[in-house]
Amino acid sequence: MAETITHSYLENTGRYKGIMAWLTTTDHKRIGLMYMYAMMVFFIVGALLGELMRLELFRPGQQFMNAQTYNGIFTIHGIIMIFTVVIPGLAAVFGNFAMPMQIGAHDVAFPRLNLFSWYLFILGAAIALSSQFMGNGPPDTGWTFYAPYSTQTHTNVVAAVFGAFILGFSSILTGLNFIVTIHRLRAPGMTFFRMPLFPWSLYATAWIQVLATPIVGITLLMVIAERWLRIGFFDPSLGGDPILYQHLFWIYSHPAVYIMILPAMGVITEIIPTFAQRRVFGYKAIALSSIAIALVGYFVWAHHMYTSGMSMTARWVFSLLTFLVAVPSAIKVFNWITTMYKGSISVKPPFLYALGFIFLFMIGGLTGLSLGSLATDVHVHDTAYVVAHFHYIIFGGVGFAFFAALHYWYPKMYGRMYNFKRANIAFGFLFVGFNLLYFPQFVLGIMGMPRRYFDYLPQFTLGHQISAVGGLILLIGIIIMIANLFSKKGAKAPDNPWGGSTLEWTISSPPSQENFDELPVVTGEPYDYK
Amino acid sequence: MTHTETHITDYRVYGWVLFALLVLTTITITVTWIDLSALTVLVALMIASVKSFIVLKYFMHLKFESRLFTVFVVMVLSIYLLVIGLTFFDYLLR
Repeated sequence: MAETITHSYLENTGRYKGIMAWLTTTDHKRIGLMYMYAMMVFFIVGALLGELMRLELFRPGQQFMNAQTYNGIFTIHGIIMIFTVVIPGLAAVFGNFAMPMQIGAHDVAFPRLNLFSWYLFILGAAIALSSQFMGNGPPDTGWTFYAPYSTQTHTNVVAAVFGAFILGFSSILTGLNFIVTIHRLRAPGMTFFRMPLFPWSLYATAWIQVLATPIVGITLLMVIAERWLRIGFFDPSLGGDPILYQHLFWIYSHPAVYIMILPAMGVITEIIPTFAQRRVFGYKAIALSSIAIALVGYFVWAHHMYTSGMSMTARWVFSLLTFLVAVPSAIKVFNWITTMYKGSISVKPPFLYALGFIFLFMIGGLTGLSLGSLATDVHVHDTAYVVAHFHYIIFGGVGFAFFAALHYWYPKMYGRMYNFKRANIAFGFLFVGFNLLYFPQFVLGIMGMPRRYFDYLPQFTLGHQISAVGGLILLIGIIIMIANLFSKKGAKAPDNPWGGSTLEWTISSPPSQENFDELPVVTGEPYDYK
Repeated sequence: MTHTETHITDYRVYGWVLFALLVLTTITITVTWIDLSALTVLVALMIASVKSFIVLKYFMHLKFESRLFTVFVVMVLSIYLLVIGLTFFDYLLR
């Protein structure tokens, strides 16, 4: 019998070599890595801009940038971090890399569309970033582009808005691809309830991407139409309604938080059973809670608008709905903890990051309840408390889950291990730095420090200084982590270094171009430990 | 891919669909001459909904495809209606 030669997906065997082989690839694993490299660049730029803001706020008054520059920096920090890092985030990188392998497929359903999504992502990011260098200076609206200011400011809002519009298409096409892939390409025998929980979370995410993103797309075009054609959608002086903008923006942008966090929850649900060597507790509850979060998440958007002047009835209705969405999130947390109970826990870096996620996400989630409540939200609305809350969810949640996923699937991605000790040290810096950076902002917010302010009263100085130091420690942690993973080759990774039970661990590290020589036949549940 | 079923629709069916859409368009135009005051938009939306239903069912093949696609369409429309409905908690009661 002739021996079949299989090539790793990292080897170039096609028509092109070098960078062209990557830029023309339709392999889901390579596209996942291309998203990751692009996002790492955006993330580092966004993080440095964030630390610049913290250093400017180190003392009251102007330090090294003026108020208009500060406005531009918090705007582009938000645009980069939200639209080019955390929204595509885990779904684009690890959804692309791991999901087809986890469901026993050779690739996604539409590989060329997948590559096209990546190009749209790069194009959208380039247009959004070009706003910094063209026109009448960087946009100063904040990443939310609130009207009527965004329709009136002379800064370069149109490029940023149009970039976000293009990025939306990338998100929609990725979501569409994942929905079809999960429906049509699961391995023989893999029913929906035999599917691992990361693909479940991606499935829920994909529906939000497909259904919610067009709303922000059209809203952003309405901003451009109002600026260029003076059509009165949002500007009261033209007969528009500014609160309509907030409705339309948050109808997308609140579900977008679930686009960010659902895949993060999926990653944690993969890591916990693997490192506890336990069957996941409440498989169906976790799977269905992803769908419940996606569904209920559509109906809570106006909790961002309690102080906007909308009707009192709308306020309490949305407050009630907001409390409902906490239920499926809590189901997941309880199930993760219960999965660990009596497990054979092995505290390796991915597990450490997963624990970090649970701790930080819990703080973010619980402080979210006080923002969902009408009476308390009014006092801390638009203060540093909100900044702390969403960074605990987005960075403490999505960011730490991203790092967890990176450390979890890294051996599969590159066929190499990394240094555990350095990974643990990096985690220590990240965890301590993160809490020093953001926790004081809860206190500052309660004391009355507004968000997006360039200057402040002297009583807020200490909190800002602790934040700035925390930011520097966090940056050191990021440098150690990246250096550990990417500076030199580690030892060769075995096919299944963590003792995982899902399908990606049954194939070689790194996988072959086709993932599986023969499609696997699934006969049991995904987390077959004990 | 194992999905190899195809469905060929009789031209007469498409002819009837076209006829129905033209009739409904005529009704849409005709009712604009009648003063229905507050109901004007509602009537126009109802006629448009019937037209959309016919297009989805025949031109977009929902009638012949797996039930799953119908479930998807109903789910998406339900979410859309709920979102619009919730927005009116603000606009009607402000």
